[in-house]
Amino acid sequence: MRTLIYLGLGLIFGVAMYKGEAASWFRIFEMFNFDSFHMYGFIASALLVGLPATQWLKRRGRDIDGKPIYIAPKRRSIARYLFGGILFGLGWALVGACPAPIFVLIGAGVKAMLVVAISAVLGTYLYGLLRNKLLH
Amino acid sequence: MDWLFAPWPWYVGGGVVGLVMVCLMWMGNTFGFSSNFRTICSALGAGQTCSFFDYDWKSQRWNLLFLVGTVAGGFLAAQIFPNQHMPDISSTTVERLNLLGITSVGESYYPTELFESWSFKDVSLLIFGGLLVGFGTRYAGGCTSGHAISGLSDLQLPSLIAVIGFFFGGLFMVHVLFPLIFSL
Repeated sequence: MRTLIYLGLGLIFGVAMYKGEAASWFRIFEMFNFDSFHMYGFIASALLVGLPATQWLKRRGRDIDGKPIYIAPKRRSIARYLFGGILFGLGWALVGACPAPIFVLIGAGVKAMLVVAISAVLGTYLYGLLRNKLLH
Repeated sequence: MDWLFAPWPWYVGGGVVGLVMVCLMWMGNTFGFSSNFRTICSALGAGQTCSFFDYDWKSQRWNLLFLVGTVAGGFLAAQIFPNQHMPDISSTTVERLNLLGITSVGESYYPTELFESWSFKDVSLLIFGGLLVGFGTRYAGGCTSGHAISGLSDLQLPSLIAVIGFFFGGLFMVHVLFPLIFSL
């Protein structure tokens, strides 16, 4: 049952990302040129739903098993978020897709995205190998 | 049923993404797509050579299922219910793209110049971009879903720093590197 729920949520998410054009390279390029409100509106509407819901769930909410909802706070640091963020931002703008749209587009039949996905897995592996040498 | 064959306005797309995140939270999980790269590494046996991947990746099965659903969603949206028209990109952006030699805007969902040429240069760019995405998301501890959507919803300061980083990187790529990359 849960398997179906996760598959279904992924399906709805994938359709929304494609139909909402958040998986379009052109929309990402447009966003980084500040030429349109589209992507800013997209992220803002996700937050408009997500922010109040998260705040409420954290205080009062119970999950499906009746357990209180706990969200682990992220570790305090500046370097890793800034440097890691910049590296990801460079890649995001180049391939015009953050991790989820890479897979949305694979489903859409964009074969070149398979190359991007494999490279991204390798990139994560590379991070694992080098992480002790990086500033966190 | 026309809406199925048309692009959705940003407030529908964004709103649905917000709801999906809330549903995952209710299922007892945290929305974060890039974790799947680490899970895939671990599932492929990377834990034997690197302790960062030595963990019980099966606990992340839910996220892999979500990934499979995402791929299916892309297939459904593009192949079964294709959009009748391509992203309506602003005319200023179209001019900028033409200057870079990208003219497939308006006719395609993505620039065919980059994704369908299979030239050595373009494949190298895709590999380089993919490496940056995989490395950067794990270094930053999350991507757009984990930081910009769920992290900011949780009012996490680290996520705000990460999002500022995303934009630094993206602006540098588009404004400084693109003119160099695409004029070669």
